[in-house]
Amino acid sequence: MAPKVPPQPTLEQSTTAAEAGHGHAHEAPPKGIMRWLLTTNHKEIGTMYLIFSLIMFFIGGIFALVVRLELFQPGLQFVNPEFFNQMTTMHGLIMVFAAVMPAFTGLANWMIPLQIGAPDMALPRLNNFSFWLLPVAFGLLLSTLFMPGGGPNFGWTFYAPLSTTYAPPSTTFFILSLHIAGISSILGAINIIATILNMRAPGMRMMDMPLFVWTWLITSFLLIAVMPVLAGVITMMLMDINFGTSFFDASGGGDPVLFQHLFWFFGHPEVYIMILPAFGIVSAIIPAFARKRLFGYASMVYATAAIAVLSFLVWGHHMFVVGMPLAGQLFFMYATMLIAVPTGVKVFNWVTTLFRGSISFEPPMLFALAFVVLFTIGGFSGLMLAIAPADFQYHDTYFVVAHFHYVLVPGAIFSIMAAVYFWLPKWTGHYPNVRLSQWHFWLSVISVNLTFFPMHFSGLAGMPRRIPDYALQFADFNLVSSIGAFMFGFSQLLFVAVIVMCVRGGKKAPAAAWGEYADDLEWSVPSPAPLHTFETPPTFQRPAH
Amino acid sequence: MSGGSYYVPATSKWPVLGSLALGVMMIGTGMVLVHGRGTLITLVGLVGVIAVMALWFRDVVLESRSGLYDAQMDRSFRWGMGWFIFSEVMFFAAFFGALFYVRTFAVPWLAGEGTKGATALLWPEFTAHWPLLSPPDSSIAGPTQVFSPWHLPLVNTLILVSSSITLTVAHEALKEGKRKICRNWLAGTILLGLTFIVIQGVEYYEAYAHYGITLQAGIYGATFFILTGFHGVHVIVGTLILIVMLFRVMRYHFSPEDHFGFEASCWYWHFVDVVWVGLFLFVYVF
Ligand code: HEM
Ligand SMILES: [Cu+2]
Repeated sequence: MAPKVPPQPTLEQSTTAAEAGHGHAHEAPPKGIMRWLLTTNHKEIGTMYLIFSLIMFFIGGIFALVVRLELFQPGLQFVNPEFFNQMTTMHGLIMVFAAVMPAFTGLANWMIPLQIGAPDMALPRLNNFSFWLLPVAFGLLLSTLFMPGGGPNFGWTFYAPLSTTYAPPSTTFFILSLHIAGISSILGAINIIATILNMRAPGMRMMDMPLFVWTWLITSFLLIAVMPVLAGVITMMLMDINFGTSFFDASGGGDPVLFQHLFWFFGHPEVYIMILPAFGIVSAIIPAFARKRLFGYASMVYATAAIAVLSFLVWGHHMFVVGMPLAGQLFFMYATMLIAVPTGVKVFNWVTTLFRGSISFEPPMLFALAFVVLFTIGGFSGLMLAIAPADFQYHDTYFVVAHFHYVLVPGAIFSIMAAVYFWLPKWTGHYPNVRLSQWHFWLSVISVNLTFFPMHFSGLAGMPRRIPDYALQFADFNLVSSIGAFMFGFSQLLFVAVIVMCVRGGKKAPAAAWGEYADDLEWSVPSPAPLHTFETPPTFQRPAH
Repeated sequence: MSGGSYYVPATSKWPVLGSLALGVMMIGTGMVLVHGRGTLITLVGLVGVIAVMALWFRDVVLESRSGLYDAQMDRSFRWGMGWFIFSEVMFFAAFFGALFYVRTFAVPWLAGEGTKGATALLWPEFTAHWPLLSPPDSSIAGPTQVFSPWHLPLVNTLILVSSSITLTVAHEALKEGKRKICRNWLAGTILLGLTFIVIQGVEYYEAYAHYGITLQAGIYGATFFILTGFHGVHVIVGTLILIVMLFRVMRYHFSPEDHFGFEASCWYWHFVDVVWVGLFLFVYVF
């Protein structure tokens, strides 16, 4: 079979309403705060998602720094264990649900309509609703820290009965806030699916879609499939806490392990929700700066789909030590390892795209390259954890913390930063400051490894996670980790500086800001993208090869 | 695909007001549950949510009737409703999953079965049964007896299944432009829905008054009420939707070709019906 020709879109119709002299004129948007409260525009809503996520990234980051401050030295110095537990819990919850997920949704909002030639999201009002649920949800969640008994202190995985029988009173509010966040995610995902399936420019087939669109299509499916399960399990918690049911209470015939099954049935697809869009971003950036077509477009699509399907079948790898029939352990072990195959296909495709490319190292590319290397490290430690007998040792140690931070920080978060650097010219009309971006990148990449690499060693040596104190032999590793963490935290101020400067000014960017290999539809509209684009749908054309 | 006429509303105040109302409702609910006061706040939130939904849908209906929507918009609504129902399916799947897990694993393990039978050490006297009438710990009183599936549950099954049929007749009538027939069968469907709700209410009364099936009656009561309870809420919501549809039919809102609001309500109602069949089989019969 001949290799699939990668799509090369061309535009036949002009893009902005003004240029096209298009029918309905736009009323001037309301002024001030009302503009943001009432908007239905995918770009404005995308911007709000991104700003919200950035703020939450710093709040969650401060919580992490509290944790690292306490772990700087053995012994208890700064916070008491109760507060320490609240900090680890809130850090995880905020980063997962309020920083990473909304950042990807914000990128989806901005870019998917642009990449498929749609005038807006399929359901614009619903889109605004999805966003405004978030400040409500996380305002409520953060407020639990000030409630009597403190906020959630049972870890971001909130295992019962820690989160039911032994939980602080504020847990009910935690559950309700998570319900609101879940509604937001589900409605957002429904909107994205409807947009992708229904709003593509005439002529654009599914297999012509940019990979960011593909990965988000599959991510939305995962979201719609598992967020309701999360809603179900927290509802059972709510009932156990407030109405005396015994879902997670063995004395009434229930089972705390039931909680873990339900949670991880949601939880493992959830980690792919946080990484599939990253795959799409990296698949856009690497070809642009390697000046080559992406290698293996179709196999990328199939690999993404395969990962999504498998992600429903591996949740048990989080529960090897809980006690599970041998057949279950074997099944979950092999199924988990199977995921490495499609993941490997992706890494192989990126590397092959780079092979003999004429590579240049603009800021987005730096982050994308770091992603490929460091995410792969996280994937390998995942494989180690997937070996059931080995996991008996690693489970609940810092090795697990190292694993998931490698896939989430230089994985998901680096991809978000890469995306921001990549698309800032489209959003603002200016290139981000190169010098400052490079500083941001190098400081981040060094400090991320300083923070998380030593955790592999302390974990293998047996240091348990989520404990405010530790044995003396772990002191050096923890010292390095804490220094790295503070370095990473403060480096992110540079990120804010780059963004603010880029909004204010900088080198002007043309429509096709990153050359001829970044040629998806978004690069055909002016930079900065006008408020309304593709009101008359463009005609998408495949190259005539 | 897009023909350039896709309707994008300029602004709307319902989304932000809706999230505010939902937030108020959740805060109120939390206060009631944790502190035992805050009913008023909950009610204000609830009324807000309902009002926003009504006004928001009103806008959509008005836009639709003034011809602002094209075929592509229709497809957006179809995808949206379809995936929404899928999310609901997964919501119930969590509860069914819990039921199956408890019945096949947790309860037998508590009685010492299989490799995980070590938990039997906790309550050596415990024997596994389903329905679980005597939970492991004596502090928890189980149900004294459970419902026979062949009385009220069977009646309710027949009611809900026939309501799906009557709704289909109404839909077919609408497609053929027979508005009056559609109206009558739709009204019949609503009556069946209301009857179901009443019977379910009677059953709940029986459960508490005579059967000892309560929320606190161990895992049987917990799974029983979470499954039938959320299903019941869905029947109530579905009935309300159908009532709105009845008014819209009476006001000539639908044409034989263009009536997705009606069709979406049918989808929802059939979904609720299918869930009930699952409930009937796995909660009552087996
Ligand atoms: C090759 C792919 C991967 C494999 C084989 C894998 C395997 C595992 C295993 C076996 C565990 C459980 C360890 C334990 O608790 O003892 C785990 C934990 C975890 N993984 Fe992965 N993983 C992979 C990729 C990812 C990705 C892509 C993400 C997120 C972007 C991720 C996020 C996490 C998180 C958050 C946890 C810890 C959850 C917790 O207990 O708090 N993993 N992984
Ligand atoms: Cu996992």
